[in-house]
Amino acid sequence: MFIDFFYVLRKKGVPVSIKEWMSFMEALYNGHFQSSLNHLYHIGRAFLVKSEAFYDAYDLAFQEFFGGIVTENVDLDKVLGWLENPLNRLPKMSPEEIMEFQRQLEEFRRTHDLEELMRQFRERLKEQKERHDGGSKWVGTGGKSPFGAYGYHPGGIRVGGESWMQSASKVATERRFRNYRNDIILDVRQTKMALKKLRELKREGSEEELDIDETIDKTAKEGGEIELVFNKSRENSVRIILLMDTGGSMLPYTELCEKLFSAATQANHFKEFRYYFFHNCIYQDLYEDMGNYKNVPTEKLFSLYNKNYKLILVGDARMAYSELFEVNGCIDYFSTNEKPGLDWLSRIRDHFPHSVWLNPTHKTFWGHYTVDTIGKLFPMYELTIDGLKDAIKALTSKTKNLLHQ
Amino acid sequence: MAGGSQGYNGSDDYIASKPLMEIVNVSVILKKPLVVKGEPGTGKTLLAHSIARALNKKLLIWNIKSTTKARDGLYVYDTVQRLNDARFKDKDISDIRQYIKMGKLGQAFNTDEQVILLIDEIDKADIEFPNDLLNELDEMSFHVNELDEEVSAKHRPIVIITSNSEKELPDAFLRRCLFYYIEFPDGEMMEKIIKVHYPDIEDKLVREALKKFYWIREMDGLKKRPSTSELLDWIKALALGGIRIDKINNEIPFLGTLLKNEQDTDRFVRISTNQGGFGFKRR
Repeated sequence: MFIDFFYVLRKKGVPVSIKEWMSFMEALYNGHFQSSLNHLYHIGRAFLVKSEAFYDAYDLAFQEFFGGIVTENVDLDKVLGWLENPLNRLPKMSPEEIMEFQRQLEEFRRTHDLEELMRQFRERLKEQKERHDGGSKWVGTGGKSPFGAYGYHPGGIRVGGESWMQSASKVATERRFRNYRNDIILDVRQTKMALKKLRELKREGSEEELDIDETIDKTAKEGGEIELVFNKSRENSVRIILLMDTGGSMLPYTELCEKLFSAATQANHFKEFRYYFFHNCIYQDLYEDMGNYKNVPTEKLFSLYNKNYKLILVGDARMAYSELFEVNGCIDYFSTNEKPGLDWLSRIRDHFPHSVWLNPTHKTFWGHYTVDTIGKLFPMYELTIDGLKDAIKALTSKTKNLLHQ
Repeated sequence: MAGGSQGYNGSDDYIASKPLMEIVNVSVILKKPLVVKGEPGTGKTLLAHSIARALNKKLLIWNIKSTTKARDGLYVYDTVQRLNDARFKDKDISDIRQYIKMGKLGQAFNTDEQVILLIDEIDKADIEFPNDLLNELDEMSFHVNELDEEVSAKHRPIVIITSNSEKELPDAFLRRCLFYYIEFPDGEMMEKIIKVHYPDIEDKLVREALKKFYWIREMDGLKKRPSTSELLDWIKALALGGIRIDKINNEIPFLGTLLKNEQDTDRFVRISTNQGGFGFKRR
């Protein structure tokens, strides 16, 4: 009866297994439930969804199948699809323009009420069948219509995207469990999770056990006097080096990186944890502090740490062509470098076979020549829960990452 | 309430949301283990206590530690004790049965009436731990090798499993369970929870305290956000200290009950002075 719901769930990315579905069905047919949709919603979720990360997807599927009874029936995924990758960004505005903008905003607030705006929004959605950028009527990016992302209509409805002017009357994408999705960039709560994920690296020891062979040996040597011998637990051997970019283009991600950094520093379960900073790209010097004042020769990295150290690089890998490929390409005016950044990066990669690069920017922005080049050197992952998980998997795997050899 | 047709309805000292109650009941009826996940202080562990009280059943608690192994829950064969006994020859060691000690799961199987088994903080154990329990929880039976005997449950226990999501639980394990994620209670729910613990407390005090509590929780960059248990401690301290309500407005007395490490306190001071909300005095 409900089998289509199963497929809708799978389509929305909820990993429902047949076993789970069958036991849900069994329970349904045995008449254990009240016949209310609300009840079905909660019980179904308990049977079919085994992580809060998929609660949001479940909400969407439920909404699609049972028709907007639980949440607003706006096909947000499609809308978000149109609004991904804004073609044009908000133009820079002079103070006068901003004043004018604010004036318009006030006026808009006076003349439009929110409810009316929502109604229009839904209507436009119904009419609109394709992606739209620019223009002043349809829902899309960068235009002057009240609906869409990265645009500059005063007081319009923002659909996804970042808040540029912080004036959108209502963020239409709000869904209750959205924050629990796996694929969004780490937030406060999830950074703590990231720390827990890093802990997976360490499970290599075992606890105290009776060593039977040794016990028998010892007992025999003692002439039958029983002597118990216990194995000591092995120590955690994971050593981590973290290299972080503090360059200008990383500024929007400072908070994110700080969180990752503090999470990693607090993780006292590593045998050893070292960190250094760099500015855009790595040359002959690394820095011990975020302000890039106290320098350490990069050579030291090779002499102090052997290949068993696991290396995590964090950066957007986005820089000028010269910074990566040219001598003296370093962005800092007073610095020079005799070898191009690429040489240094290759040396680091060769020295540390277990290395990954975490990129705080979204994968869709990686189509850039320096990002591509660095991505060929180091396995690159997004700085999200999923990305971090994959990165840790790559770090802990015994064999080298074949893709990058 | 106990055993009635209504099943579990929450208990006097525990507030459960309606969906949670429904799911507990389904889990009891179908005898499927229930995995409860959520932030610390959302009442995961207390849920099992509450179910035990409401249904008037005995509660067995298996606290999981990082060194816990699945076998510990079934039974332990105490070789070391036996060796020691053999050494001093003060006991007959031929009966191996006296060295087989039932773990919590074994005890839950071995009782004459249905019990509630709480497997607390399952994610603390090794990542493979839940998988080692698959068969035992499915069949509700296990084999004791040393005796060549099968221990099977006389009455399938009601199994409640809590997780702080330190580690992901294996899919195969989750497939056999029901799952519920307890959200952090909102203001309204929290008021009810406080009322259950301190029925005599002044409404206005609770409201003011809650306002401040959620404000602190929203702060960015706290290492440990205060949770329900901290809030309850704090309110108790406020009530016992006879703090006047207007005083909560201007400063936060007994901050130490809410924020438990120095960095968080510093962060709090920085934020609250930046926002200039109120003249905060460091205690």
